[in-house]
Amino acid sequence: MSAPLLQVEKLAVTFRQEGVETTPVRSVSFAIHAGGRVAVVGESGCGKSLTAMSLTRLPPTDRAQLSGKVLFDGTDTLTLNRDGLARVRGHGIAYVFQDPSASLNPVMRVRDQIAECLPGVRRAERLAATVRLLTQTGLPDPARAANAYPCELSGGQQQRVMLAMALAARPKLLVADEPTTALDVTTQRHVLDLIDSLADACQMAVLLITHNLGIVAGRMSRISVMYAGQIVESGAVASVLTQPRHPYTRGLLAAVPLLDAPRNAPLRDIPGTVPSPDAWPAGCAFAPRCPAAQPRCHNLPPPETESDGRQCRCWLEGTACC
Amino acid sequence: MLLNVQDLRVTYRTPGQKPVEAVRGVSFGVDTGGAFGIVGESGCGKSSLARTIIGLQPAAAGVLRFEGHDTGQMDAAAFTRYRRAVQMVFQDAAGSLNPRMTVRQTVEEVLCVHRMCPPGKITGRVSELLDRVGLPETVLDAYPRELSGGQCQRVSFARCLALEPRLIIADEPVSALDVSVQARILNLVRTLQKELDLTLILISHDLAVVRNICDHVAVMRAGVFVENGKASEVFDAPQHPYTRELLAAIPDIARSLSRNQ
Repeated sequence: MSAPLLQVEKLAVTFRQEGVETTPVRSVSFAIHAGGRVAVVGESGCGKSLTAMSLTRLPPTDRAQLSGKVLFDGTDTLTLNRDGLARVRGHGIAYVFQDPSASLNPVMRVRDQIAECLPGVRRAERLAATVRLLTQTGLPDPARAANAYPCELSGGQQQRVMLAMALAARPKLLVADEPTTALDVTTQRHVLDLIDSLADACQMAVLLITHNLGIVAGRMSRISVMYAGQIVESGAVASVLTQPRHPYTRGLLAAVPLLDAPRNAPLRDIPGTVPSPDAWPAGCAFAPRCPAAQPRCHNLPPPETESDGRQCRCWLEGTACC
Repeated sequence: MLLNVQDLRVTYRTPGQKPVEAVRGVSFGVDTGGAFGIVGESGCGKSSLARTIIGLQPAAAGVLRFEGHDTGQMDAAAFTRYRRAVQMVFQDAAGSLNPRMTVRQTVEEVLCVHRMCPPGKITGRVSELLDRVGLPETVLDAYPRELSGGQCQRVSFARCLALEPRLIIADEPVSALDVSVQARILNLVRTLQKELDLTLILISHDLAVVRNICDHVAVMRAGVFVENGKASEVFDAPQHPYTRELLAAIPDIARSLSRNQ
């Protein structure tokens, strides 16, 4: 297989604030091949978004210290200078964030915001290029939308504008960070279908960050489950979701209300909450919430094991109780 | 029948603009101890309907009967009793708590305002309520910002249980929460409903959530119910195309995986 488009190796993000050091992302490794579909799932506070933003060094550099390697097309974005980084941002890796109304400038017309992403295009051609991009995202009346302010558009329409902006520079990788969490189910489906078809048409890889396992199944090819700043399990979507190995993955799956489940069947939740980055447990980070935890889980961090193309970070991996 | 709604209409009027009809003639009934689900997308009028039932928004037309009494004909004292008996839990838990009040103050306030128990027993009642919603006593003196989203939602439930309501309207109580926390809050709703013999109206855009809790379900679109019936019937044999569209749009793990194989 050819070299992956994006190869993240032992990425860690450390914040230093008022003399206190925290590491919300610690040693994250994964790869995305050209045109690949990778999902990162986990609860809030697991470090998913910070990992995504670190790919192009978006976290504030004066406080965040990034270590490890982020090889994008062969170059390490963590060591790039400003110009090099500017070429990667947008052109190489583009982002769509969760809340489109917060990502768009409220006092700028849609066409002017998209035009900002088209620096190489001559002024006279910008409007046409903008409308072309908006048409691509399936907006019903692209010419009208181009002249609108964000507040005149619905959430789904705003997210389509965000997509148009992300696609403006023909990125090789689209990072979609909870792109549909703020949207209704039918709109969610339209936006996800759109991302799918655009990725196919533009041969673009997609990194989808979400806490909704339902949208991962059937759309993405690989999944990484993140907990407390680490990837605890990864592999092909179908195999991870049907045969989860890590107790955290199993917990997440059991918590999803299913349509065909009997009514009043209690949902299985995961007790406790994600620990905060200044209090990561010494052993396995999930041990305090794990139903199968044993003494050694609390004391020593589990090693990452690999089998059948799947990685898992659990002491109990392969044992009968797991 | 605990609550009976006949041809309810809600209209918003802005000077100089065309009136907006958010709810355009909705009729339904909720049995005592029942769980009634209302599903639909943003802007379909579900929240306007809920706000009208609890009296936050006047109805433009229609009749609302609670235990057989028309709420429109109630005198002030009866309406106060009605307001006490019907409580609401909102979507944005943190946003519906006062950021400058601790958990204890938040729950105490309703107990005092509605004179729910003698002053000497307030402290005990607060602990009892927190225990009921599964919160440790350690959060008593915490402010909302120190709590997680799930904990804030529990405080909202404790606050509304303080009034010993008959009917609770939960407007998207879990849509802002993580999936694991969502499961916990849904389990709490179910237990509370069973143990306290509460009647529940659950508003959600997530059909799987409604399916999990409710025995009756109504599908709302553009201010009207397009389908209304027993949950099993609506989910297993949806009649209206919009219900089918909603059902098809749910990202369901098992369904997506089997479709791909």
